[in-house]
Amino acid sequence: MRSDTILNDAARGSSDPRQRRPIPAWVATTALLLPTYGWLTLAVLLPLLTMFVFSFMSATPMGKTPIVFTLKHYRAFIDQPYLINIAWTSLVIGFWTTLLCAVFGFLAAVALARATVGRMRETLLVLLLLPFWTNGLVRVFSWTMVLRENGFLDGVVHMLLPDIGSVSFLYTRYAIVLGLVHGYLPYMILTCYIALSTIDDAIIEAAASLGARWWTILLRILLPLAAPGLISGAVLTFVPVIGSFMEPRILGGKVGVTMGTVIEDQFTQAFNWPLGAALSFTLLAVVLAIFATFSGVLRRGTTA
Amino acid sequence: MTEITRRNALKLMSATFVAGAAVSMLPKMAFSAGTITVLNWQGYGTDEAWSIKAFQEATGIEVVHDYYSSEAEMLTKLRTNPGTYDLVVLNAARCAQAMAEDLISPIDYAKVPNIASVAANLRSNENFNKDGVGYAVPWVWGLTAIAMREGLPKADSYAVFGDPAYKGRVGLQDDAVGAIAAAALLTGQDMNNPKDLDLVKETLKGFKPNVKLLWSTEDQWNKSFAAKEFDVAMYWSGGAVRSRRVSKLPVDFVVPKEGGIGWVDGLGIPVGAPNAEGAHAFANWMIDPKFYVEWATKAGAPASANTAAMESLPADDLSRQIHKPEYIANMSIMSALPDDRREAFNNLWQEVKAFYAE
Repeated sequence: MRSDTILNDAARGSSDPRQRRPIPAWVATTALLLPTYGWLTLAVLLPLLTMFVFSFMSATPMGKTPIVFTLKHYRAFIDQPYLINIAWTSLVIGFWTTLLCAVFGFLAAVALARATVGRMRETLLVLLLLPFWTNGLVRVFSWTMVLRENGFLDGVVHMLLPDIGSVSFLYTRYAIVLGLVHGYLPYMILTCYIALSTIDDAIIEAAASLGARWWTILLRILLPLAAPGLISGAVLTFVPVIGSFMEPRILGGKVGVTMGTVIEDQFTQAFNWPLGAALSFTLLAVVLAIFATFSGVLRRGTTA
Repeated sequence: MTEITRRNALKLMSATFVAGAAVSMLPKMAFSAGTITVLNWQGYGTDEAWSIKAFQEATGIEVVHDYYSSEAEMLTKLRTNPGTYDLVVLNAARCAQAMAEDLISPIDYAKVPNIASVAANLRSNENFNKDGVGYAVPWVWGLTAIAMREGLPKADSYAVFGDPAYKGRVGLQDDAVGAIAAAALLTGQDMNNPKDLDLVKETLKGFKPNVKLLWSTEDQWNKSFAAKEFDVAMYWSGGAVRSRRVSKLPVDFVVPKEGGIGWVDGLGIPVGAPNAEGAHAFANWMIDPKFYVEWATKAGAPASANTAAMESLPADDLSRQIHKPEYIANMSIMSALPDDRREAFNNLWQEVKAFYAE
């Protein structure tokens, strides 16, 4: 706070003869943050709070059914034990999606940051982000055209190897992970790219001049230095993926039952908002618990 | 000439306002005997422009519309605007609710002569009747049953979903009510209130080796069927007509011996309707074979509740071939579910889906 005051004084200039009391730093800080926090309260916290209140209600508060306070929706995982399997499936899908995104995203970011020159880099970046600008639903549906039996994938494979059976894997967990990786890869590439582009070229040249091979440079220099990007990319991917419902539903067919689809069903089909809200908050608690468990690793990674 | 003062300007403005309001009220007051207000989904039969024009020429009654976009909204409009609507389109399940809340009034069938050829099973449906008095004119209907690829032996029971001959070749609808209805009918239970839900659950779980796909939209059904992902599926009768007519798919629609899972929309007259006379006339017009044939051939329509109207369709009409009158006799009609049963249905279906996904 002190340094802020000094900065304020310096900015106003010492040549000003009028003696005015400087605005206290906390006023300036509050004034600057107020619009953002005001908006966040209005757009994020209030709806979330409403949902939190809903999750304790016995019925959706629209219509004539009397509403009473209840905790029964938070017992869903005990009353309906099959939900535990579904939650586990979601976490496994989230894990694989994040892992694949991390591997492909990091390599793509390395290629982008290291192996290109001049305008090439911008062009590649645009090409990588281009699919990201199309609607997610369009991307997922185009995957169904590729993956389904007698789809494009089958067509191409059968042109090369006519005798092989169908290689279609639509309506499997692999298809779900594929669709999710496609959807969330750009987040990972961007965060890794930003982290990688701050690494000084001199460090790599020094390593190379000391005889380090490319894999040593990759594993001992680039990976640790880019860990903050990798970790924020992983968080950005993991959290939405375990709540995703569109990709599992469309690409997973009957195996696409995840926490996301269960929650969506509560809102759209079952008209049981309280249960949907309670499941969402339970899922949020699980995610926070996971992050808390790994908080040591996360902190070390992001401050490295 | 008077000076334009603030007071004068104010006078002038209020005079204009009163005059404008009076003029805008005029047509309504002058022709209220000749106007009816219909509450319906948009683009659902009653608002066909050619039909409204012909109706006005024939009877002198002008038809105006108000629309709803969900059934809950329809009930809310009836509750909050009594005396506004003359005719309302309501699903059988909602009709029971509107009847219980005294939102609609009994129908004077003497003023609806076309009712004579409406299927008795639709007319006597418990959702349309209270204490032996009819509260709605059955208008259009449809059903969910089995669709099969052409050339396969026609199934005679919902048991086909568990038939080992169709391993991995079955598409079920991702809908708790529909899936439970099929299993309840298969196990000889009332689909609206099955007593043995565990049996329903085990029956549905038994379909697992056969279930390839849980579909949720007609478009998805058509694409998957065209890609030969399944051969047997639950499907809507109207969807089967469109799949054959529009998408040219080789679909056979089969109603098994347990009967179809039916829905029916009726025309009801709200309590306090300003022009009940005109509403009766328009309800009669809506089930008239002449209107129906034109609606079905020009725009495409669900099956008419009026058997005579169905018989007026050309013999090769797909809708006529699929919506056979004998299906009405043994189909069960979906009723409104109380909240606890709806929740039980949804939890059951969620558990079955989780089992399919394992």
